[in-house]
Amino acid sequence: MTEAYIYDALRTPRGKGRKDGSLHEVTSLRLSAQTLNAVKERNNLTGHAVEDVIWGNVTQVMEQGGCLARSAVLASDLDERIPGLAINRFCASGMEAVNIAANQIKGGAGDGYIAGGVEMMGRVAMGSDGAAIAVDPSIAMEQYFVPQGISADIIATEYGFTRDQADALAVESQRRAKVAWDEGRFAKSVITVRDQNGIPILDHDEYMRPQTDMQSLGALNPAFQAMGEVMPGFDKIALMKYPHLERINHIHHAGNSSGIVDGAAAVLIGNKEFGIRHGLKPRAKIRATAKIGTDPTIMLTGPVPVTEKILADNGMSISDIDLFEVNEAFASVVMRFMQAFNVDHDKVNVNGGSIAMGHPLGATGAIIIGTLLDELERTGKGVGLATLCIASGMGAATIIERV
Amino acid sequence: MTDFTMNKDAQGIATITWDAVGKSMNVMNQAGFEDLEAHIDDALGDDAVKGIIITSGKEGSFAGGMDLNVLAQMKADAGEDPAKGLFDGIMSIHALLRKIERAGMDPKTNKGGKPIASVLPGTAVGIGLELPLATHRIFCADNPKAKIGLPEIMVGIFPGAGGTTRFVRKMGAMAASPFLLEGKLLAPAKAKSAGMIDEVSADPMADARAWVLSAKDADMLKPWDAKGYKMPGGAPYHPAGFMTFVGASAMVNGKTQGAFPAAKALLSAVYEGALVPFDTALKIEARWFTNILMNPSSTAMIRSLFLNKEALDKGAVRPAGVLDQRVKKIGVLGAGMMGAGIALVSAQAGIEVVLIDQSQEAADKGKAYSASYMDKGIARKKATPEKKEALLSLITATSDLEALKGADLIIEAVFEDPKVKAEITAKVEAVIPEDCIFASNTSTLPISDLAKASKRPEQFIGIHFFSPVEKMLLVEIIKGAETGDRAVAKALDYVRQIRKTPIVVNDARFFYANRCIIPYINEGVRMVGEGVEPALVDNAARQLGFPVGPLQLNDETSIDLGVKIAKATKEALGNAYDAGAADDVLFYLFDQGRMGRKANAGYYEYDEKGKRVGIWPGLRDKFPVSDDQPTLIDVQHRLMFSQCLEAVRALEEGVLMDIREGDVGAILGWGFAPWSGGPLSWLDMLGSAYAAERCDELEAQFGARFKCPDLLREMAAKNQSFYGRFSNKTDAA
Repeated sequence: MTEAYIYDALRTPRGKGRKDGSLHEVTSLRLSAQTLNAVKERNNLTGHAVEDVIWGNVTQVMEQGGCLARSAVLASDLDERIPGLAINRFCASGMEAVNIAANQIKGGAGDGYIAGGVEMMGRVAMGSDGAAIAVDPSIAMEQYFVPQGISADIIATEYGFTRDQADALAVESQRRAKVAWDEGRFAKSVITVRDQNGIPILDHDEYMRPQTDMQSLGALNPAFQAMGEVMPGFDKIALMKYPHLERINHIHHAGNSSGIVDGAAAVLIGNKEFGIRHGLKPRAKIRATAKIGTDPTIMLTGPVPVTEKILADNGMSISDIDLFEVNEAFASVVMRFMQAFNVDHDKVNVNGGSIAMGHPLGATGAIIIGTLLDELERTGKGVGLATLCIASGMGAATIIERV
Repeated sequence: MTDFTMNKDAQGIATITWDAVGKSMNVMNQAGFEDLEAHIDDALGDDAVKGIIITSGKEGSFAGGMDLNVLAQMKADAGEDPAKGLFDGIMSIHALLRKIERAGMDPKTNKGGKPIASVLPGTAVGIGLELPLATHRIFCADNPKAKIGLPEIMVGIFPGAGGTTRFVRKMGAMAASPFLLEGKLLAPAKAKSAGMIDEVSADPMADARAWVLSAKDADMLKPWDAKGYKMPGGAPYHPAGFMTFVGASAMVNGKTQGAFPAAKALLSAVYEGALVPFDTALKIEARWFTNILMNPSSTAMIRSLFLNKEALDKGAVRPAGVLDQRVKKIGVLGAGMMGAGIALVSAQAGIEVVLIDQSQEAADKGKAYSASYMDKGIARKKATPEKKEALLSLITATSDLEALKGADLIIEAVFEDPKVKAEITAKVEAVIPEDCIFASNTSTLPISDLAKASKRPEQFIGIHFFSPVEKMLLVEIIKGAETGDRAVAKALDYVRQIRKTPIVVNDARFFYANRCIIPYINEGVRMVGEGVEPALVDNAARQLGFPVGPLQLNDETSIDLGVKIAKATKEALGNAYDAGAADDVLFYLFDQGRMGRKANAGYYEYDEKGKRVGIWPGLRDKFPVSDDQPTLIDVQHRLMFSQCLEAVRALEEGVLMDIREGDVGAILGWGFAPWSGGPLSWLDMLGSAYAAERCDELEAQFGARFKCPDLLREMAAKNQSFYGRFSNKTDAA
């Protein structure tokens, strides 16, 4: 069978997704185009070099609407014969772009793809694209819809994670991200975002708070307690789906949940011939991909069943994996993953994660695949698995193997 | 004779008057719609008519709603496809109301229509408000007793003649929600502030005439028919509207625990309707309304909570031929919590009350309950100091039995001890008139036994109140072996006076309500003893629509009472007594001194204010939660069947004489899953064959208490339903 190889993976730094964030002045279009240009330049791509650009993005309205993928190609230096496909699988959109591209290649539909995604969360607000599952009673009531923060707290309650455990994981994420930046572990993949004159705008992840400790996190109030217990009372809905629970333990807050940021990422994927034609050396092959649906109320447990599935589908076991990237959407998501597979934290998110550096929804899936690859190379390890929890109850995973 | 008449006057106003023949309040039926439409067509087509007023010929009211048989008829007329019949019928109502609303306006220019006003002498509910809502301006008499609103949700449906769509378009989803989701009714002045109606005045007819004669095109145009209409508070995908709609689904789901299909259908009609133009929204409303009318739950709720409750309220089971037995002077024996409550509700009905206790002090304390109740009402502006005085003047608190002279009904509410009761019965009968009826409010002692202390057992009866008396809607009337018809009629007429709903049952252990409630509590407690997570037990009950789960209910009714009942039952049943795990749990709590809510300690822990804070950890220590938890549906079936099978046995044994009473009594008496229409309706919903099969499974798994009653077994064999088998006897709808 044709193999799909990763030839390059890069990302922008992550800017605070707020009015005072460094990337707030940059449009989704420009950030996307600049990311694509970086792929083109670093790999000397000319002409109709790739089959398609598959671009993940969650909130596809306003400047992120109208098939941003195609606009981004046209705004970039890529050849206009390269089309663009905008996709949305919520937080795994960037990963799904990579997985679709890899599977197209494996299936023989084209030699090369650019896959990745963007999310300018400070410019296009999360949720501003609407969502039937949240407001249409015929699904919201039938499926016991609760917002993700409540779901994360259900996980903590159901699987017995405490506030202290979650805070400790957050402190460790911050510490690891600081070490990774200090040691230049992201140097290979992070590009500098520049203005139209070439003036640098941002060259590092600015959301990080390396000084975070248990005491500073301890001062934060649970973020989802009021909406759970008072208005509109989502805990009651949670208990309808999980009636063996007496109450929901609200442990999550801004400090142990992923950060709202702006950012983009891209992965260059191709078959063997693609590498030969462009004079590129493959870094890893995409060994397997998977996605799965889960209970939409607890919503964020997807990494567990999707990992079980990807391992089973490919005759692998958890011990075959050297390193894990489990998106830190919320602390409990990662804790549940480690609990379910009895995996040590030493192997998971070793350079920190979305709690420290932020989670630009449509891009994160591509970011963590790149981070995983960089770390496999740095440590000389072979096989890595990246996975994310996904809104509305889904999970996605990718296994890569260095070549 | 027709319910609607029209009069055209010299000034060019056509007044359509709704005056249903032989009824105290207007109720809409199929012929009414046809009459109304003919008049509207006539008036709109008559060049001499400049405007129209729709009013009522009834004093103090416009209309009380729709004859629910209209809907049943639409369903029946459609034969093979009842849903289509309903939908078409509802759409034709929309067409008529829309004709009124558009009033001949040009669809493009919105000009050239005739002004149509409604004049409400008072109460306007259900279709009685939906019709005025389609007119251009609503004028209501300043009648503080009138009630305005859309209470359909209370019987398991929702406003389906445009009321839902028009309320939301007028007020916005958020503002409309208490009126649609809770069926809240308002007096005219408040209804105006809420935006339900437009004007409140002393002479609404004069004001309406003036308005009609001066109305311009713009005055007739509804906001939703004007260009650029925006829904107040925002449509679902407007940022503000989004939050409203996210919250609405969650709040309704949490509050109803998903157990009321009408609330879901209503919200869907609101949401989907908010995304499309008005006429499309009406069509969507009709589709969801049809959907809810086709839901067995709505049929059962309408039957129990509307038709049959009303029938029982009006004396459906009153013995024929007994003269009016309304009570003039009542004697209440025992001024404790129950006695004080009975005195209060009796005085509220204008009955002279003598409240007796052993000491003047105790009697006064009982009367003080009424005073503090009225004080709370005054604080909430529901009562006045004058009303309080008038009510208190009806109650004489005394320890002197002589005061009972001239009473025509006695209700005894003294300590639950046969000896004490026998003593007071004899003493009181020595004072009261020969024809006075004597009732006991006992909840546990057989009436026939208590009647032995009476010289006049045919005048002795049980009138069993639920606590708190002033809140609970049901009264259980118990016939002893020798109780006569006049005593039954007396009890029924009294219950009607105090505006509660009666059921009449024969004398047997725990009568009807407690007979069903006790197994419900026991089943829940038993599960805890078996290692079921306590939260699962109470959550499962709440998701069935019970106001409180069995553990919480046991805390409310107290652990010591539970122990007392268990001991008494054991004594009565001997070897047949099924001790089970329930007693282990109950007696453990008793031994730990955790007597329930009153002790601020029971299954639950309570804070110093008496607020429940969580399940007592000691419960799980003593009865560890097993790793293997049952499914939600298994827990729910145990809780449901434990009650429903008692209802069937009560019917089988003749304790229950009328299935309507079994269903209405269960919902009003202990909050039995209202969406089901009651225990017998629920078994009908399951189907007797499946219910019998499920009994066998539950019996095999959990024990003999789930053994299928012979009656149900026989019905399963014949494929019968309770309402099919017993309806000829009961006139149940």
